[in-house]
Amino acid sequence: MSENEKLFNGGVLTEARKGAIEPPKDLWERKKNGLVIIECPQRIPCNPCHTSCPTGAVKAFKDINDQPEIDYEKCTGCARCVAICPGLACFVVDLTWGGNDVALMKLPYEMLPLPEEGDTVDCLNRLGEAVAKGKIVKIAELMNDRTKVVQVEVPRSLVMNIRTIRVVK
Amino acid sequence: MRQTEVLVIGGGPAGLSAALEAASLGCDVTLVDSDLALGGQLIKQTHKFFGSKEERAGTRGFKISEMLLEELHGYKDKIKVHTNCTATGYYKEDGVISCVIGEEKYFRIQAKKIVMATGAQERLLPFPKNHLPGVYGAGAVQTLMNVYGVAPGEKVIMVGAGNIGLIVSYQLMQAGVEIAGIVEAMDKIGGYWVHAAKIRRMGVPIYLRHTIKEAIGDQIVKGAVIQEINDKFQPTGTEIKIDADIICMAVGLTPTCEILWQAGCKMIYVPQLCGHVAQRDMNMRTSHPDIWVAGDAAGIEEASAAMVEGRIAGVGVAKSLGHGNASEQAKRLEDYKGRIADLRGGEVGQKICQGLKVCTVNQWEV
Ligand SMILES: Cc1cc2nc3c(=O)[nH]c(=O)nc-3n(C[C@H](O)[C@H](O)[C@H](O)COP(=O)(O)OP(=O)(O)OC[C@H]3O[C@@H](n4cnc5c(N)ncnc54)[C@H](O)[C@@H]3O)c2cc1C
Ligand code: SF4
Ligand code: SF4
Repeated sequence: MSENEKLFNGGVLTEARKGAIEPPKDLWERKKNGLVIIECPQRIPCNPCHTSCPTGAVKAFKDINDQPEIDYEKCTGCARCVAICPGLACFVVDLTWGGNDVALMKLPYEMLPLPEEGDTVDCLNRLGEAVAKGKIVKIAELMNDRTKVVQVEVPRSLVMNIRTIRVVK
Repeated sequence: MRQTEVLVIGGGPAGLSAALEAASLGCDVTLVDSDLALGGQLIKQTHKFFGSKEERAGTRGFKISEMLLEELHGYKDKIKVHTNCTATGYYKEDGVISCVIGEEKYFRIQAKKIVMATGAQERLLPFPKNHLPGVYGAGAVQTLMNVYGVAPGEKVIMVGAGNIGLIVSYQLMQAGVEIAGIVEAMDKIGGYWVHAAKIRRMGVPIYLRHTIKEAIGDQIVKGAVIQEINDKFQPTGTEIKIDADIICMAVGLTPTCEILWQAGCKMIYVPQLCGHVAQRDMNMRTSHPDIWVAGDAAGIEEASAAMVEGRIAGVGVAKSLGHGNASEQAKRLEDYKGRIADLRGGEVGQKICQGLKVCTVNQWEV
């Protein structure tokens, strides 16, 4: 078994797959508020990303077990799917944010302690390795169900690596 | 001797749904549960559930339980509830069930129809020193943490990367407990990939193809030795020593079905459903004409499926008692059967369907 396959079998995404793809570059670079990235490559009986999406950007599932498919034109970066997804598999990345070196990520967060706006935090990759420092821009609770959506400014080159944050004390 | 039309044993998602459905069609129901509170496994689940909107996907497990209890409140005239009350035996001669409230108050109850929704029991793993304090089942860890608000320890080795192992690991981390690692015998996690991804990104290692060789410690757990295994599950690789004060076992559940055995229901061993289960028809009736099953007691699955199975059993029972009109019953059954088929369309569901083929008959019904 290849190293990539081993990692994938243990819950680490190593390359694009059905249900886990990168948004189209052109649109992504100009879309204010960002576009969704979903990493949900396994067929599981679940669809709140679709039912919670106000614009229909997450397309209707033919079968509830399908992997999510996205119509990026329709995505407004609102992050409702980020807040509701039980798999914490939805993220929004806004490449129009700030200067040329940074981007804004909207990440689901359910740990304590919560960071505060303005805090510097560790940005972790899919293996939990700290790959950069990020700055917390905003923390919101979109669905009133305790899952926070943390907006964090990160190095633009790492948006396809960073998947969560760790509060540093 | 007490009498009831329908006795539901077990007040988890399956039993609650069965009771609600039967009552909504006009049955008088008695519901007993050994626990102090209704809700079964749901009250321990602080994470959001999968499923579709109908099964309340995206909602946390304990919230789903609250919703069911609210619905139950609307039927207080039709459903009599006894908590802290365990059904202990079935008497074949007259179909009487004996129950004990707390530890000494017994009563006997005769029901026209019974729904068995007793859920599941945890499996444990034999390994040297697994008797040490600090070795827990995942259910106990969850109860301590999420029902009583007590952290079981500081650093945990989780054994098993099925959904329970993955989810309990995540919940432990939310409670501020460190996960030293997750040990899994297969070469792939058994639970949902997204649940694993959540904990991997927080730096928790998952040791695939590894097993726990022994616990370390004299009086209490100080850690464990884990080791890689080969295709024949024999330990071969290098040993790794991990420090921890808790070893948590999440190596699977098996249906709780003692009363079904007592009642003489035809039982079949179905590995895909994780143990012996009762043979049943499409409406969840067993080979015994007065006994239905639903939920994990009928095969280990999920709360979403347990709720729908409970609903199906509820309609089945009402139908057999002549409650509700035929077209309403048929409409509901069609709806529920469609929903459950949808839920079982995925990778995990396929395995369940294989198992169900072995233990489901096409006729019987009423
Ligand atoms: C950690 C964990 C995470 C899970 N996550 C999910 C998830 O995300 N999504 C999902 O859909 N499912 C999930 N599940 C599975 C789900 O909780 C179960 O499938 C579901 O609770 C089964 O429902 P049930 O009603 O059959 O059994 P239970 O919920 O186990 O309820 C059985 C009830 O019967 C009672 N009982 C047993 N024997 C007797 C007796 N003799 N007399 C009286 N009462 C009795 C018990 O006290 C219990 O209350 C999870 C389970 C666990 C452990
Ligand atoms: S970010 Fe908003 S618009 Fe885009 S997919 Fe998610 S819910 Fe839909
Ligand atoms: S809600 Fe999340 S876990 Fe469920 S299908 Fe959508 S992306 Fe996957």
